[in-house]
Amino acid sequence: MSVKILIPTPLRPYAEKNESVQFDVRTVGEALDLLTGRFAELRQHLYADDGRLRSFVNVYVNDEDIRFLQKEKTPLREGDIVSIIPSIAGGLL
Amino acid sequence: MLRLHDELAQRIRSHGEVCYPHECCGALLGRGDGPEREIVDLLPLENRHGESPRSRFAVSPEDFRRAERFARERGLDLVGWYHSHPDHPALPSEFDRAHAWPWYSYVIVSVAQGRAGQISAWRLDDNRSRFTPDRLETAERSAA
Repeated sequence: MSVKILIPTPLRPYAEKNESVQFDVRTVGEALDLLTGRFAELRQHLYADDGRLRSFVNVYVNDEDIRFLQKEKTPLREGDIVSIIPSIAGGLL
Repeated sequence: MLRLHDELAQRIRSHGEVCYPHECCGALLGRGDGPEREIVDLLPLENRHGESPRSRFAVSPEDFRRAERFARERGLDLVGWYHSHPDHPALPSEFDRAHAWPWYSYVIVSVAQGRAGQISAWRLDDNRSRFTPDRLETAERSAA
């Protein structure tokens, strides 16, 4: 299944400045494995030390958050778009 | 160096005052991949932190995607985020650091008793250990 992965601006410096990449994969997990295999520096920004996706990282397939699908086992179909969306938060305390 | 036109700085201040005593937040749209960056437009967003909007802000993934689309349609990049610190200085907190991303510009405006004051700009180091102050250059927008 050929799918496109969109890389947000703050992570592009770790992905040779690519805005997106295309992979032939069957699940979100496979897509992220290939992505971090190709761009090793991305791994530290997407995954915590325990190997799980960081809580500050959201992954969407088209318009759906994978947390509400099958997480990294979410199947992909031809033409799907996988978006990596950094969680944006902060505050004075 | 972060170039922020006076008009945009004023819009950030006004947003902070309107939202007081809550924190305001919004997206910074502009150009510049390197150390020099120019903010060209803003997208004010709703603070989605449901529990503590007086001391925290959050941007929903939907608003994030809207901001990216808004930037792309204008030929700009989503280059950072602004938020206010009600009754606190315009200095990033530990919570700000823990939730920040490298590369983005972070602009903070202090709002004391409902009146906006100092604005500061920051970038997170690549190893996420600390914020470095970014020199903020404000100027009137030149006529195109």
